Amino acid sequence: MLTFIARRLAAGVFLLFVISLLAYLLLSIPDLDVARQLLGSGAGQAEVAAKNHELGLDRPVLAQYLDWLAHALRGDFGTSWFSGEDVTQALRNRLPVTASLMVSVTLITTVVSFLLGVWAGVRRGAVDRFVQVLGVVGYALPGFLVTLVIVLVFAVQLRWFPAIGYTGLTESASGWLSTIALPVLSLSIGSIAGVSQQVRGSVIEVLRQDYVRTLRARGLSPARIVFRHVLRNASAPALAVLGMQFVGLLGGAVLVEQIFGLPGIGSMTVSYTTRGDIPVIMALVVFTVIGVVLINLIVDILIGWLNPKARTS
Amino acid sequence: MSTHQPYGSDRSGGRPPGPREPVRPLLEVAGLEVSFAARRRTRTRVLKGVSFDIRPAETFGLVGESGSGKTTIGRAVLGLVPVQAGTITFDGERIERAAPRRRRELSRDLQVIFQDPYTSLNPSFSIGDTLMEPLIAQGTADREARGRVGELLERVRLPADAADRLPREFSGGQRQRVAIARALALRPKLIVCDEPVSALDLTTQHTVLELLLEIQEQTAVSYLFVSHDLSVVRYMSHRVAVIHQGELVETGEADQVTARPEHPYTRALMLSAPVADVHEQRRRRRELAQETGVS
Amino acid sequence: MSGTPAPRRGVPGRLLRHPLGLVSALVLGLIVLAVLLAPVLAAQGPGVSELRDSFRGPSGGHPFGFDSAGRDVLSRLLYGGRTTLGGAVLSVVVALTLGVPAGLAAGYYGRWFDGVASWVSDLIMALPAMVVLLASRAVLGSTAWVLMVVLGFLVAPAFFRLVRGIVVQVRGELYVDAARVSGLRDARIISRHVLIVVRGPIIIQIALVAGVAIGLQAGLEFLGIGSGDGAPTWGAMLNEAFQNIQRAPLLLLWPGLALGLSSGALVLLAAALRDVLEDRGGSTDRAVRRTAEAPVAPEPAAGDERAALLSVRGLAVAYTLPDGSDREVVHGVDLDVRPGEVVGLVGESGSGKTQTAFSVLGLLPEGGRVSRGSVLIEGQEVVGLSERRHRALRGDVVAYVPQEPMSNLDPAFTIGAQLVEPIRCKLGLSRKEAAARALELLRMVEIADPERAFRSYPHQISGGMAQRVLIAGAMSCEPRLLIADEPTTALDVRVQAEILALLRRLQRERDLGILLVTHNLGVVADLCDRVAVMREGRIVESGTAEQVLHAPADPYTRGLLDAVLDHVPARPAWRPRKATT
Repeated sequence: MLTFIARRLAAGVFLLFVISLLAYLLLSIPDLDVARQLLGSGAGQAEVAAKNHELGLDRPVLAQYLDWLAHALRGDFGTSWFSGEDVTQALRNRLPVTASLMVSVTLITTVVSFLLGVWAGVRRGAVDRFVQVLGVVGYALPGFLVTLVIVLVFAVQLRWFPAIGYTGLTESASGWLSTIALPVLSLSIGSIAGVSQQVRGSVIEVLRQDYVRTLRARGLSPARIVFRHVLRNASAPALAVLGMQFVGLLGGAVLVEQIFGLPGIGSMTVSYTTRGDIPVIMALVVFTVIGVVLINLIVDILIGWLNPKARTS
Repeated sequence: MSTHQPYGSDRSGGRPPGPREPVRPLLEVAGLEVSFAARRRTRTRVLKGVSFDIRPAETFGLVGESGSGKTTIGRAVLGLVPVQAGTITFDGERIERAAPRRRRELSRDLQVIFQDPYTSLNPSFSIGDTLMEPLIAQGTADREARGRVGELLERVRLPADAADRLPREFSGGQRQRVAIARALALRPKLIVCDEPVSALDLTTQHTVLELLLEIQEQTAVSYLFVSHDLSVVRYMSHRVAVIHQGELVETGEADQVTARPEHPYTRALMLSAPVADVHEQRRRRRELAQETGVS
Repeated sequence: MSGTPAPRRGVPGRLLRHPLGLVSALVLGLIVLAVLLAPVLAAQGPGVSELRDSFRGPSGGHPFGFDSAGRDVLSRLLYGGRTTLGGAVLSVVVALTLGVPAGLAAGYYGRWFDGVASWVSDLIMALPAMVVLLASRAVLGSTAWVLMVVLGFLVAPAFFRLVRGIVVQVRGELYVDAARVSGLRDARIISRHVLIVVRGPIIIQIALVAGVAIGLQAGLEFLGIGSGDGAPTWGAMLNEAFQNIQRAPLLLLWPGLALGLSSGALVLLAAALRDVLEDRGGSTDRAVRRTAEAPVAPEPAAGDERAALLSVRGLAVAYTLPDGSDREVVHGVDLDVRPGEVVGLVGESGSGKTQTAFSVLGLLPEGGRVSRGSVLIEGQEVVGLSERRHRALRGDVVAYVPQEPMSNLDPAFTIGAQLVEPIRCKLGLSRKEAAARALELLRMVEIADPERAFRSYPHQISGGMAQRVLIAGAMSCEPRLLIADEPTTALDVRVQAEILALLRRLQRERDLGILLVTHNLGVVADLCDRVAVMREGRIVESGTAEQVLHAPADPYTRGLLDAVLDHVPARPAWRPRKATT
């Protein structure tokens, strides 16, 4: 198991290098003329050259990348070209917002999807039809459209929750709860739709397996068979889907943070990337990939724990 | 390794009564080795130097348990798995590394009947399309091919209107007849029969075997007949080889190998298969117990 | 081309008869048509603005009213659809041209290309599309079409993985091997056998991916970073409306509706297509009926003598078909197993022998039920018995040994855990006692290293050992009756002989009654005291094994015995044929 984790971590680190290098190279292709953007059109040739030198843009791209990498490995992502903000500090301020959003959504999705999926798979009937309809609707409607409807209903019409703003968890738990509730709800609907569908499917699949009949033939109770044997075997594929949903959630967070005015990584992405602020974009890319690698590692470990065959091979 | 001798040697269980001069074998396999990539950088050796030959119009039976490599031999002859070492000579020509183009031409002489009649026919093709496939691949004109389909269906005693129907409308035995007809389409010299009746019920099994015998009688085709069932192999084959863990442990005339086996493994195989005779089975059970210590 | 496969008749036709398919196709068609005809339908150009009209409600030529800048909403909607839907089409085309050929090649040829392509695909899938799109806008500038090409790259893995997965599966099919042996070229095999299988799923995937692409495209526009040129798009309209959500929430409705309808129609169309291609018919509510609800009055016991262990009289099993009608597969079976007796139930596939066995256990598959008759286990009637009380008999009184050893062990638990569980549940032993008993059971079924087997997972043991474990599991609560369904069919003959010997020993030592379901007359001769021959749901003959095997009365039994090749002489030695016939 340890070698398995080590191997996955090594693969993740490798992935991180590849993507960061690729991102850096791609970002350097277009001549964005950042220096002129910063200095304004009135700046002279010499000033622009000086600014370029200051930003290190007059060096070969690979040298720039290695320089960035050396700093990044020490946790220093440089300063934003446009706002002059310390990128590491900015991330440190914004990460908790996005992290609390993602963790809440993932937990809620897991709990609700498994409850719904198992219920639908075992009992069929009305709950089953509900999960199937939810699956289609959740897939059919773009996430941000659902978010807009939620804002319209709960914030604008009913005024139950604020439409905009954020209160940190450490400042006020109830404030946090009321500002995060709608964003979490918006993101959860889509992912619950996807994951519960998968749980339902794998539960039905496992219930058809020969060993379930044999377990019944041993006289074990239905509850025991479902919660011990069926759930465990059905979990692995559901967790894999959950891991993939997480990647989609990161994209969804961009829109949701923008709509609700949450000061997280997502809204940062929108405001900085479009201008070609390389230090900020690189930091965002790195953190996104780290998030994805970590969640996939967790999913793989869980699947390995659930499925001895995956663990040993 | 390659101490293979053509048929008629001491090892292959006695020379058949017949003309003095040896007949050239249709298929000669010598020192055949096949291995598959297993876990990281290791290979599992499936065949460890297998040698045998098949003469024209002969059935050569290959019997073994699951995992013994019996199916792999057939697949190697057909070019469906890569060969690591050894030679396969068909009609005087080395074919173990035949180029794809040559391999496609060989289809005219070398055909196959697979075990599972449910997956060996494309479920969305009509029977006619399935039977036309080899003909058209070999450049037969459309109209001629259509005529041939009719002949083939008659040959395997399926109704003529079967050509327009889909496999799912047929039983396992009927599908296996379609598979036989497909194998016959190009009038091959050798057909690899890979457990052709294992998936069938007892009575269906019997009629399919009879059909295969009858076809051999009429067309002088040779069979490489692969099965796990000693009694089926015995019934179908002139000579029989027993394969165990990738090696032929015993080769010889059907009667000798299946009734008076010399190798202990073959004896265990023979005695382990229960027979539908209460007294005979009791006797065999005792004999097996003595031989292997199974109570 | 001649020899093309038989066409799947009328997929479009069937789709239009599928209610969901018809509606979604209609909605989608109308939207596309309206958008294409925008210049004709729109009252004015999308950019024409009249500030005094801002936020004006619907009127004659302007059914949806005006937006914040006084532009006609309907006109903007129609023109906006061109960018939104056109962008989605572009993405799908890019994704198709990249994903499908790559998937075909990777799936069919495998090797290094598969390795590289799969790695790239996984890598792309690990990137959040929205973040990449935002970053690529910095690189590529603000042209909407360029971003949609990037989006095409990002969703290409959806096609790649789908196609690759199916091709890998098809490639392993025997009919593809047969095509190769028939002399078909690879290109021909792919076009004949592979494309026909992936075609349907690809069409479904196109609809799904188009829906996703529309959503993402609109999302980008909503963030205000799609096309920077001010051309109308649904996403941008939503953004403008969102800015004025307090003042005119209705402005959200129209672009939201357009977006929701087109993306929803695509997904529903995909669902309908799946139904049609999988031949599932239009209605999704299957006739799922609880099987226990119709208890059947057992027939009054006639004057006959019924065996003390298991006695079956007039048993019929029926299945409820999807259309609600019943189909009887077992028609009145009588069977007796006395304590310590081995009774064989012999028949070919479809004879109903397994259905009979499952009826005794109360484990008929979904949709099946005992429709009449009586089953006494140790004198207790189990037909119409509640599931809970029937369950109490299972394991303790009647136990089950299945056919396929590997698929009947739960892959997620060790052998030990699977043996301990029923012992603890049924016999109430402590964890420690149960483990000791499980080890004892493993020794009883002659497993060489019981401790090691106890710790092993099912995939770590051989088929023969798995069957021993299943027998141990069946014996764990000391049952009196064993239902063995083809217990040796999946095994090699030498292992079969060992398992038969094991069953014989257990039966002798514990005075166990066994109902042995098998198609193998040799197994009957080896193990059975009595035998019943089944055909098409009826018992055609029964008697002692010796009677039935040596002096069969029924012609069907005789036919079965004639097909056995045990006593047929070996084929005579080969002789060279005379010169060509």
